[in-house]
Amino acid sequence: MSQQWDVVIGLEIHVRLALDSKLFSGASAQYGASPNSQVSFLDAALPGTLPVVNEQAIDYALRFGLSIDAKIPEVTRFARKNYFYPDLPKGYQISQMDDPIVGRGQIDIETEKGPKIVNITRAHLEEDAGKSIHDEYDDWTAIDLNRAGTALIEVVSEPELYSAKEAVAYMRAIYNRVTFLGICDGNLQEGSFRCDANVSLKPKGSEALGTRAEIKNLNSFRFIEKAINYEIKRQKQLLESGRTVVQETRLYDADKDQTRSMRGKEDANDYRYFPDPDLPALNITAERLAKQRQAMPELPEAKFARYCEQWQLAEDDARQIAYDVAMASFFEQSQAITRAKAAENAKFLITDFNALLNEHGSDLQDTKISAGHYAGLLDAMASGQVSRKIAKQVLNEMWTSGEAAETIIEQQGLAQISDSDALRQIVTQIIADNPNQVQQFKDGNDKMFNFFIGQVMKQTKGQANPVQTKQILEELLNND
Amino acid sequence: MINLSLRELNQLLTSKQISPAELGSVYLDRCRQFNPTLNALIHVQNDLAAADLLTADRSQSILAGIPLIHKDLFSTKGVTTSAASRMLADYVPPFDATVVGRLRDAGMVSLGKANMDEFAMGSSNEYSYFGAVNNPWDLSRVPGGSSGGSAAAVAARLTPVATASDTGGSIRQPAAMCGITGIKPSYGRASRYGMIAFASSLDQAGVMAVSADDCGLVLEAMMGHDDKDSTSILAEPWRWQAPQEASMQGLKVGVIPDWIEQLKDNDIKRSTQQALDTLVSKGAELIEVDLPHADLAVAAYYILAPAEASANLARFDGIRYGHQSAEPCDDINDMYRKSRNEGFGQEVQRRIMLGTWALSSGYYDDYYCQAQRIRRLISEDFKQAFSKVDIMAVPVSPEVAFKQGEKSDGVSMYQADQFTIPASLAGLPCMSMPIQPVRGLPVGLQLIGPYFNEQVILSTAARFQLVTDYHLQMPEAFL
Repeated sequence: MSQQWDVVIGLEIHVRLALDSKLFSGASAQYGASPNSQVSFLDAALPGTLPVVNEQAIDYALRFGLSIDAKIPEVTRFARKNYFYPDLPKGYQISQMDDPIVGRGQIDIETEKGPKIVNITRAHLEEDAGKSIHDEYDDWTAIDLNRAGTALIEVVSEPELYSAKEAVAYMRAIYNRVTFLGICDGNLQEGSFRCDANVSLKPKGSEALGTRAEIKNLNSFRFIEKAINYEIKRQKQLLESGRTVVQETRLYDADKDQTRSMRGKEDANDYRYFPDPDLPALNITAERLAKQRQAMPELPEAKFARYCEQWQLAEDDARQIAYDVAMASFFEQSQAITRAKAAENAKFLITDFNALLNEHGSDLQDTKISAGHYAGLLDAMASGQVSRKIAKQVLNEMWTSGEAAETIIEQQGLAQISDSDALRQIVTQIIADNPNQVQQFKDGNDKMFNFFIGQVMKQTKGQANPVQTKQILEELLNND
Repeated sequence: MINLSLRELNQLLTSKQISPAELGSVYLDRCRQFNPTLNALIHVQNDLAAADLLTADRSQSILAGIPLIHKDLFSTKGVTTSAASRMLADYVPPFDATVVGRLRDAGMVSLGKANMDEFAMGSSNEYSYFGAVNNPWDLSRVPGGSSGGSAAAVAARLTPVATASDTGGSIRQPAAMCGITGIKPSYGRASRYGMIAFASSLDQAGVMAVSADDCGLVLEAMMGHDDKDSTSILAEPWRWQAPQEASMQGLKVGVIPDWIEQLKDNDIKRSTQQALDTLVSKGAELIEVDLPHADLAVAAYYILAPAEASANLARFDGIRYGHQSAEPCDDINDMYRKSRNEGFGQEVQRRIMLGTWALSSGYYDDYYCQAQRIRRLISEDFKQAFSKVDIMAVPVSPEVAFKQGEKSDGVSMYQADQFTIPASLAGLPCMSMPIQPVRGLPVGLQLIGPYFNEQVILSTAARFQLVTDYHLQMPEAFL
């Protein structure tokens, strides 16, 4: 008999901080340099070298903490996490155990059932390991220490995500937050944002958590969803056939769409954490926190409230824009200079502009369209110079050429004919040319009115101002 | 010449009666002549470094042109730095330790590198890959450790000055056993950058020399804040001023009668008592103090120091530098095992295992955390004591230099540090100065000061040395 299961997921997200130098060594943290060209004496763990903390990394972590409304301790400590691996030159990783820099916080996510608050257990600073390259040389493993010592924050969620979709939504929320704060470049391919997922199943309604498996190193939103779903299926099959889930670490193989065991619990390291004696406990002063609070950009939550309040956007529109860093910035820049109403701007941005982006699979920040040019297009719409339909066409042109809306409208003669004399002339001529249809209208066939609108649009190639056209037609048809 | 103080050598140099090169050669010759007997040095320079001599010529420092030897724990750019381990027997650092750089900038001229217990782990200097060091006062005896090479070199005047390091007594105990003066400043006074780490929260660089005045001059030049060491303190360093008279009027000296009682060697007891009497005769007031938790110090230390060492020595994996086993290896773990097994001596391996165990899941709270609590209690004890006294005067070692091979088990060796470890755990400045020798062998008295007050112990020792000559005595074979 098939049983019903509750899925419980917790995520550990590794966020690489967008810093010029590493967490403790001062060496460059630039991605993609030739192997081992950014390795200080400390990164290579030469005897006698000592770590000195990168103060900016502390500030970035604090900003993240403030942004999730987290408890920030007065004192934070670094700890050594001990294990042997060739790409970990010191034989220990400097991380945090007790007193992490960011305590309990929370973040809003969007789920199918609506908004949800996810609790974040903690976030701590740690250095990354180097890279082992196993497949490039036949009998050798190559080590690249450029990455060794670069700064990460590890964000640990409570196990309160209940589906792969929720896990993805949470991952996105954290992604948006750290890119929004500018503390992470968000480059998934380069591993700037990666995630370990703890997945377990328990009988529906049961209190006790089931045995979990940890899926390591997921660095795409798509893969994390697939990996978790695969893992749920695997565990369900095990449990329903009367077997047990083993606590272990698993790897996701995207090609096969499977997870496979990497190491079992018995092989798990005892990391022997202890406070790093090379790094004194760090006091986080109220002044420092206040300074970081000031340095932070306005948070999505605050933006959302402001958009609803100040600009009277619909909640859905406000949320969609406020929680997307690029869109919010574009929206605010354009709104600052356009005469168009904010609601109009939001509607055009969310539907028409977004459709264009989706069509091209592009991001807002990569387009040729500047916020200023976009504001010009909004103005043209607001003044009745172009209809929304034409505006879409202009936007398309702007996409390809990067020209200003005004230029395109003028060069291609796309401006609406709002000159009532000119329109009156066109309408008079059409009435004169179609006596039969005029008669039918006068006999009470109201549908004929649309025939005349169609004719005007045809003749003006859609540029006739629809409101004026309607007015003039009504006037002239009923006058006789 | 070899019995002149640094100030006197400076006189000869500044009046150009002797050049830095000539002075260096005098000592370099002694190194060549006597090191085969002592094995105090792992490396003796072929020639004085031209760069050192050039800086010596230009430097205005009182130390310009004064020769010195660095403990082989200090990284010296371009010169092998082995920490007396097979693991690092061929390791040549690409940079200087901060302390080395500062003394070079002052114009001191390096003669070579001193032998030591491997990775500074030991109290007899028998645990060196390069062989044991012989005590200049009796070649069959140990010089103490771990800075045994530095101590023996100064005692036999192979150098007027040597750098050393002290984690649990590694400066004070060999200084006492070799009849010289040695100081470990407060934790954080001297940079640890470039000093190969044993136990990071305890390691501290210091000086060994003939007199307290010499120690003061050199310590002043090597200490001070270093941006490269996060544990180095920001406080402005003091300037050493030698006392001109021996009076100790008004000085409150804390003594621990219980520690003196614990001395089983009555000669050492008498010698210690006599030294305290000398302090009193110069006007000092002896006040009994108590360190109620000090008897737990050795146990706590041998949890904490190995725990830190187990992590500090993890980098020696034979991958990037250091000894790599030539044996065929099954996999990476096998390679680690073989390389580390061959590269580390027994005592180092024992401490790595002790430390690894103390940090292991299930033991961490009972051992590491408990030891940290003891450490705090001992610091508290000292704080209490220093609310009543200016300085403490206690024994350094429960015994004189013992015979090589005499202590074969770890625990009795560890107990040799019982009087030196408490001040180390508290991070306090402390030193050893020579007092009345017994049975022809040197004895030291330990002076401990409050935090960051090295001057009070140095000047007390300097006053003592104005009215005694124990520090000037030399083993006859090396005259």
